[in-house]
Amino acid sequence: MKRVVTISRRWVRVWQRNLKVYRQTWKISFLPPLLEPIFYLAAFGIGLGSLVGDFTYGSRSIAYLPFFAPALVAITIMYNAFFETSYASFVRMYYQKTFDAMLATPLTLEEVIIGEIAWAATKSVIAAFLMQIVISLAGLVQYPAGLLLPAVAVLGGLTFASIGMVFTSIVPNIETFNLPIFLFVTPMFLFSGTFFPLQNLPIWAQRLACLFPLTHLTLLVRACALNSLAPSLIWSLVYLLTFFLATSLLALRGMHKRLIK
Amino acid sequence: MTPEVISVARLKKTFATLTAVDGISFFVKRGECFGLLGPNGAGKTSTIRMLYGYSPVSGGELRLFGQRMSKNWRCAKSRIGICQQEDNLDPDLSVRDNLLTYARYFDLPTGTAQQSTEHLLRFFSLEHRAETNIRELSGGMKRRLVLARALINNPDLLILDEPTTGLDPQSRHQVWERLEELRTGGLTILLTTHYMEEAARLCDRLVIMDQGRILVEGRPQELIEKYVGREVIEISPPDATLQDYLETRGLYYENFGQRLVVHNRADAALFATLADNFAGRRCTLRPATLEDVFLHLTGKELRE
Repeated sequence: MKRVVTISRRWVRVWQRNLKVYRQTWKISFLPPLLEPIFYLAAFGIGLGSLVGDFTYGSRSIAYLPFFAPALVAITIMYNAFFETSYASFVRMYYQKTFDAMLATPLTLEEVIIGEIAWAATKSVIAAFLMQIVISLAGLVQYPAGLLLPAVAVLGGLTFASIGMVFTSIVPNIETFNLPIFLFVTPMFLFSGTFFPLQNLPIWAQRLACLFPLTHLTLLVRACALNSLAPSLIWSLVYLLTFFLATSLLALRGMHKRLIK
Repeated sequence: MTPEVISVARLKKTFATLTAVDGISFFVKRGECFGLLGPNGAGKTSTIRMLYGYSPVSGGELRLFGQRMSKNWRCAKSRIGICQQEDNLDPDLSVRDNLLTYARYFDLPTGTAQQSTEHLLRFFSLEHRAETNIRELSGGMKRRLVLARALINNPDLLILDEPTTGLDPQSRHQVWERLEELRTGGLTILLTTHYMEEAARLCDRLVIMDQGRILVEGRPQELIEKYVGREVIEISPPDATLQDYLETRGLYYENFGQRLVVHNRADAALFATLADNFAGRRCTLRPATLEDVFLHLTGKELRE
């Protein structure tokens, strides 16, 4: 069958729809990114941090909180984007038939999906920014490198939003999201250099962890927060960008296969 | 400008193992209300989905507003209003925001969108529920809102896929009145329905489809006269002597198990004769309807 792909700036209309819904409950949506770091900082800074003491990360000595706080931002970016394009998009697509309604207008399926991905990325940028304010107040973000953090959040948000959308295009029902979450998202959450430096792992596990997009997002966010930008970070940027492009194309193909009959 | 809003020739839709639409041809003129009738699985929704570009066409030709759909689809779609079969209002938004948000999907300027929204809320008697959440609306109000939404872009063609299925009689009549007003205003309407009363009331012309093919095409009254006649006589319960009698007289009837429906074309005295000869059974004389045509053409078996 012939496939005509048309993408115009009309995806913004889908993004606007989601923004409108978000604004109805923004007070609730703002709470987790503001409160979460406070809880974590209390638990890890006071509880765990004193147990760990300073350790070597890269070529510098670092306390646990400045090490961990940026990872918390990276994790927030991942969760916000992934959950928006997995559960939330699936509900809109499958239960609410919102996509069907949109496809009765001049919007194309590609524009709908891009709008959804862009929105999920936006949501994670908002959450990351709120969190950055809190941890900045705690003195855990150094500037001016910290100013680059929102840009990194955009890239991370787009990447994880696309990954979520790939799963949405293939899961038979909403319960099936448990699989990618337990086999992919949770291992990433734990083993992407988030809670401890990757050097602590055996070399094979380090290599494996380098495949995780969260590893690269964490490296980038941490470099921004610690004011330690290095040329080698280019590879993390390239990796995330490639991952984003590949998964967004997969998501578009998958959704086309799923919805256009 | 061509007077034909829709023209379809040898249109086909095939899925893996199923031919849903099997080479149908029809046209809809400007200002006309055209009906697509048929039992479940006849191919009505598949046809409609191809019309508005949701499903790719498997074969044949499809022209909207005189243009090939494959070329000018975005322009064509901006001139169509679609009321899909399933309820897909946006439950995350209020009544008014449903209309305003939908207007944005059409790229309508904000001012136009607001004007249309307020006008349509009044037209469909929803202005008092403008701030209500969709979940709190009754079935009738939801349907009216779906119709309002389909009109937000001030379309030249309105496509309705079973617009009154599941509504109570009051809501159904209200929807019919609104549709008649729109038709009087010159709007071209394409409608699918299971309700023959609805088709007879609203449609200028219609086709009856079954298993992906068009069985007949015509004006409702013409079809009734051609396939059934002016009136029918229902008799229940039926038995062998009655059937024998009808057959010896060469009268056409349909056997529905618990009742016989006799098509009467010529004999003005037939009802009196039957009522006299078969006293003790319930004999009812009524005008022939589109439903008689439909059952005559598509049979009585359930489509499941």
